[in-house]
Amino acid sequence: MSTLTPPEYPAAVLPSDPMLPRPFRILRARAENADTFTLELEPADRGPALTFAPGQFTMLYIFGVGEVPISISGDPSRPQTLVHTVRAVGAVTRAMRQLKPGDMLGVRGPFGAAWPMEAAAGNDVLLIAGGIGLAPLRPALYSLLAQRDRYGKIALLIGARSPEDLIFRKELEKWRSHLDLDVLVTVDHATGAWRGNVGVVTTLIGRAAFDPMHLTAMLCGPEIMMRFTVQELFKREVPAASLYLSMERNMKCALGFCGHCQWGPEFICLDGPVFRYDRLAPLFGKREV
Amino acid sequence: MENLERYLAEHPFFRDLPPRYLPLIVGCASNVYFDPGEFLFREGQEANAFYLIRHGQVALEINSPSRGPIIIQMLNEGEVAGFSWLIPPYLWRFDARATGLVRATALDGRCLRAKCEADHDLGYELLKRFSTILEERLQSTRLQLLDVYSNPS
Repeated sequence: MSTLTPPEYPAAVLPSDPMLPRPFRILRARAENADTFTLELEPADRGPALTFAPGQFTMLYIFGVGEVPISISGDPSRPQTLVHTVRAVGAVTRAMRQLKPGDMLGVRGPFGAAWPMEAAAGNDVLLIAGGIGLAPLRPALYSLLAQRDRYGKIALLIGARSPEDLIFRKELEKWRSHLDLDVLVTVDHATGAWRGNVGVVTTLIGRAAFDPMHLTAMLCGPEIMMRFTVQELFKREVPAASLYLSMERNMKCALGFCGHCQWGPEFICLDGPVFRYDRLAPLFGKREV
Repeated sequence: MENLERYLAEHPFFRDLPPRYLPLIVGCASNVYFDPGEFLFREGQEANAFYLIRHGQVALEINSPSRGPIIIQMLNEGEVAGFSWLIPPYLWRFDARATGLVRATALDGRCLRAKCEADHDLGYELLKRFSTILEERLQSTRLQLLDVYSNPS
């Protein structure tokens, strides 16, 4: 991958056009599992750090290859390093996996609606992640832990395909050592050496301690997984207005112009990706949308 | 026996069971424990019990000659292991292995089957409870079969 020399903008003339990518340089790249990797980036234009709210995403552009929407997976209190965790599933993300420290990326954003950190204050909080869905939830967890006293019980429920597919393994061990954080992990399939849970992520809900009437649940993962999870939470009498989901569609412009991610009356890029469930409910799971 | 009756009465599996059935069920129950690695039951063996797990974790496994044991599901404290005792030909379909020390209440399947034949209302109460577990496990299995994490949604 070639390294381009970035334009160096004085702060006063930083690009304000949201369609114009800012150049960022890769500081570190590491594999999370066989197809998922994390990139740490810094601005290469002497511009300010990219501040963001948990749940927001950016458009990452590999020059000459293409642009993809990727959720920010880093700590919102440390915006000087922009962190993205990416799964290599298409031409752009596969090319992104080949990038090395020093290589350049274009970054637009941050975009989109964030997790309801303020609305969750005073409540118990359930974070329910499926697969790489843990990446967009990680900034929310950082925020919760940074202001731990503002929240009730916090539980992080994680589902993955197999133990080898789990991401953020070292941090998972660290989070598990927190006395005021319940971390439950399950995998769909495992071999005999695995000592953890085997079963779908919905089976963890019954094991987490929370008050359904004072709860904020944040869900991120494959849409089918979220549909099953919502039903399981309803069984436990969690109100629809307490559920927040991060939706995924084919986002291109990230500004609500192009319509690629239109979903009924909503633009996922602009109105989401995080939605309160009662807003999604009329169309959620409808194959025609 | 009195402790066992109280334990069964409080267990979620027997919630709302008419109290007159508890002594009948306790008559088929016993407390058991399994050392780490010990099997509660093995695939192909006669299925003549089910277990309410009181402590520890049980791996439901199937063995593959090329891959070794594959864990289908992990059962934890408060959960029920085994329903093949209820359905002919009463043979276990999987292995159930204690991953650590497991303490459980075992319910004798032959004893319960005989009591259910003699009292169909008791049979109906038990079938209602096992139907719920079967439905939950069927839904979980469907979700696992979808392999939702393998591809983007």
